[in-house]
Amino acid sequence: MTDTIIRAESAASTPEPVAPKLSKKTKHKGLGIDRRPGFLTYGILIALFAGGTYPLWWSVVVGASPSSVLSQEWPPLLPGGQFWDNVAVVFDTIPFWQALLNSVLVSTIITVSVVSFSTLAGYAFAKLKFRGSNGLMVFVVATMAIPTQLGIIPLFILMRQFGWTGSIGAIIIPTLVTAFGVFFMRQYLVDVIPDELIEAARVDGANMITTFWNVAVPAARPAMAILSLFTFMMAWTDFLWPMIVSPQNPTLQVALSQLQSARYIDYSVVLAGAVLATLPLLILFVFAGKQLISGIMAGAVKG
Amino acid sequence: MTRTLEPDTSAPAPVKRPGRASALTYKHRLSRMDVKLSPYLYISPFFVLFGLVGLFPLVYTFVVSLNNWNLLSGPGEWVGFDNYSAELADPLFWNSLFNTMSIFLLSSIPQLVVATAIAAILDQNLRAKTFWRMSVLIPYVVTPVAVALIFSSMFSEQSGLVNHLLSFVGVDPIGWKTDVLPSHLAIAGMVNWRWTGYNALILLAAMQSVPRDIHESAALDGAGFVRRFFSITLPSIRPTMIFVIITATIGGLQIFTEPRLYDATSSTAGGAHRQFQTTVLYLWEMAFQRQNFGKASAVAFILFIIIVAFGLLNFLISQRIATTDSRSESKRAKRQLSRTLRNGAKEPRA
Repeated sequence: MTDTIIRAESAASTPEPVAPKLSKKTKHKGLGIDRRPGFLTYGILIALFAGGTYPLWWSVVVGASPSSVLSQEWPPLLPGGQFWDNVAVVFDTIPFWQALLNSVLVSTIITVSVVSFSTLAGYAFAKLKFRGSNGLMVFVVATMAIPTQLGIIPLFILMRQFGWTGSIGAIIIPTLVTAFGVFFMRQYLVDVIPDELIEAARVDGANMITTFWNVAVPAARPAMAILSLFTFMMAWTDFLWPMIVSPQNPTLQVALSQLQSARYIDYSVVLAGAVLATLPLLILFVFAGKQLISGIMAGAVKG
Repeated sequence: MTRTLEPDTSAPAPVKRPGRASALTYKHRLSRMDVKLSPYLYISPFFVLFGLVGLFPLVYTFVVSLNNWNLLSGPGEWVGFDNYSAELADPLFWNSLFNTMSIFLLSSIPQLVVATAIAAILDQNLRAKTFWRMSVLIPYVVTPVAVALIFSSMFSEQSGLVNHLLSFVGVDPIGWKTDVLPSHLAIAGMVNWRWTGYNALILLAAMQSVPRDIHESAALDGAGFVRRFFSITLPSIRPTMIFVIITATIGGLQIFTEPRLYDATSSTAGGAHRQFQTTVLYLWEMAFQRQNFGKASAVAFILFIIIVAFGLLNFLISQRIATTDSRSESKRAKRQLSRTLRNGAKEPRA
């Protein structure tokens, strides 16, 4: 912010370009701030990569071995050939496919709901003038810091009263909207849609909802994609509430946790299950990783 | 909505040519209603749903906490603040608060330091930037449940990888699950493993928004990488750091999944001696195993107040820093800039 202001100022105060611009080359060589980093940097990065992936590799190794591998003299380094045997035990122990389906349904519905309502409200806060908008926006920002998760006891009481425990609906309901979503969409839309565009649409006779649909939604699409990604991740990883309200009809995370509920834990089976449950997200990450990164980085600057 | 209005509502309009003009006013009115009501219509789904499933349960938590309320038999008699005084006198509650704080500090402080370091490393002119950025984010796509299962196996006391490796260098097996500090370290390790890369990317974004000419002019003045990091980078990313700290606090004080799944063989949630039972875990046990909804709600409400207090404190601190920062920083930036111009050119006209 201050940066752009200062730049604008200096541009305005120096009408003719007095400064002989340092050429790109001298800049790089002379100051060394854009120098390519050396081996040390890449060494650290490789170490980080190893540290970040090793626990996953460990679960692949153990998940594909008989459990006796853990009592060997040397810890195993490479996966054995038992993955599918262990997976078969996973399928016998927990309703894996049902849980996967539940997770997909829950996460998809929550994502659609959060993104639609956030875009609508975010657009209203960013671009429409109405009485009380400032106060209501402050309220939205304030609620972002409120741990709504702590309302689980009354939520559980209500769900039980309605007879909804054990259903997907009960898992979905508490996260149909998030304050973060509204804030995120507002921050994005405030800069990205010029007011003139909305006025032009209005002058052309478009009513409000048409303007929203034809001007705001196309402009909001990148932010909607990022918000979808984050909301999906949030819904997919959630554990506390699904475990409380629907252990008998579990999501994938709840089912996974049930793998180690026995007195004796067979880590080969548990880790085979962990690998299996992590695969969908890893695949998603390969395709959507770039968007996830730009989303995290955009959120930081905006937030 | 507005379309259902009857045309005759627009009747009282002084007109010369009744037919066309009244149609115009009707249209005009319709469009004014549209403009006035639409914003409220657009924000109402959020506020209605949020009120019902977000705020109402929180308020109702307070009501439940004032009653004797059993999971099975439902609401009993009104007891006022008895649940609160009982909890505040309960060593198990304080134990859970201690564990939460300990795990929170063990995870947030090292995480912030390491994430800043990683961000500084990524903030260089790297080859294959995107690859390295993605690589630090891999742990984030492993769900907390899976992380807990994996770490639970690695830190297993008999057959775990960590104790196994330690035995090679002659260290006696560590009670990663039975002892207080080791178990806290292991649980904090899960949080750190999953979140450090994520926070590093947030800090990286902040570092990249630092104007390049400030770095350049500092380099011209002979400041090296380390000097520039401490004098330019760190001060400019402070607001983002506070953002990271706030989110880490809100999440960290509600930690549940990791300690819940860390030791499944223990019959008590959070370890045989509750050595790593966090407050939300204690709350869960109180509600769904000891079936005391009244006390559990009191715990939830106390924790709610603690988290909101932390949030407010963070907010106030960041406000103060932000106001003093923006003043001094824009001054500093201006000075830097004019120096650059002076160094590079004859005379800047100010």
